[in-house]
Amino acid sequence: MNTDDLSRDLTRAFTDPPGHLSRLHDRLAAAAQQNGILDVAYHIVDSPVGPLLLAATEQGLIRVAYASEDHDAVLQALADRVSPRILNAPGRLHTTARELDEYFAGRRRSFDVPLDWRLSAGFRRTVLSHLPEISYGHTASYAAVAQLAGSPRAVRAVGTACATNPLPVIVPCHRVVRADGGMGGYLGGIEAKRTLLTLEAAA
Amino acid sequence: MGMTGKQPFEAIVSAHAGTVVRVCRAVLGPADADDAWSETFLSAMKAYPGLPADANVEAWLVTIAHRKAIDVTRAAARRAIPVAEPPDTITEPSGRHDLDVGDDLAEVLARLPAKQKQAIAYHYLAGLPYAGVAAIIGGSTDAARRAAADGIATLRRSYTGAAAWKGEPDEHGRSVS
Repeated sequence: MNTDDLSRDLTRAFTDPPGHLSRLHDRLAAAAQQNGILDVAYHIVDSPVGPLLLAATEQGLIRVAYASEDHDAVLQALADRVSPRILNAPGRLHTTARELDEYFAGRRRSFDVPLDWRLSAGFRRTVLSHLPEISYGHTASYAAVAQLAGSPRAVRAVGTACATNPLPVIVPCHRVVRADGGMGGYLGGIEAKRTLLTLEAAA
Repeated sequence: MGMTGKQPFEAIVSAHAGTVVRVCRAVLGPADADDAWSETFLSAMKAYPGLPADANVEAWLVTIAHRKAIDVTRAAARRAIPVAEPPDTITEPSGRHDLDVGDDLAEVLARLPAKQKQAIAYHYLAGLPYAGVAAIIGGSTDAARRAAADGIATLRRSYTGAAAWKGEPDEHGRSVS
């Protein structure tokens, strides 16, 4: 019996039409959502700073990731830290994607989607929670943010908090710059930081 | 990798969706395959966090698909007007030349007894060894191997494309033509 021939013919005989699997996938995502087992939904959107991965739990947006962070690695980290019940399911990210579009078009200055903060804890979370106080089009120094967060001497820790921000763009760590006017680092790369600051300065 | 290292379920769907849909189509036919596929992956996703890290994911999915196919068949039987059981032997395809070779094979396979269909689908489409097939359909490994061999013997008689499957001796060492 020639096993390869039979397997090949069977595979051809039962392969479904193009596009069919993606419809089944969408149906699964909808059923998982209805059954309350879609622990993390994600969607990848294009943007002027490259593809952004958006991920949300039932509680809210939990992660925004630049391509430079490696989207597969980010999804694996979500599987490990939150739940492996993760699907590419754009529905839950519609509002976030729309608000980001508006932001990149210069028509939106702040975001109002619910956030799930569980990937950030302690002082880092305190720092990040203060960043929306730096208004659109403005910047603040690491030292100023340390002061906002109530620990004026924790300048280095502010840098760490920004570098590990799970929600970049939405939580505006790109508005934190060096006191001497330098850009400072950015988890999405310095080019992305420059793009965001230029966009906000122009709008 | 973190504490579990378990892949996101999306990766499981990407890797196995095609195989599972082919298995469902082979075992159930195209009309009920989508429901069985959807039920299989929904059920798998529910149970996924508790799946042992070293589990054979494809065998696990085929096991679930097997159960869901039985459920779907029973549900369909409750809805349908009872009809006679399909015969164990099948008639030769009657002079049809307009069908794709694949359609022909699908039709011939559809008329096999359930066990033979399942053994062929799980071994030749999902790539499970016969011990794994037996664990799913019940009975011994040898019985699973025989069910597949019996089914293939029927396919050889009825499926026009089978002429291309030549060259190797069967499990008893006989040369098959």
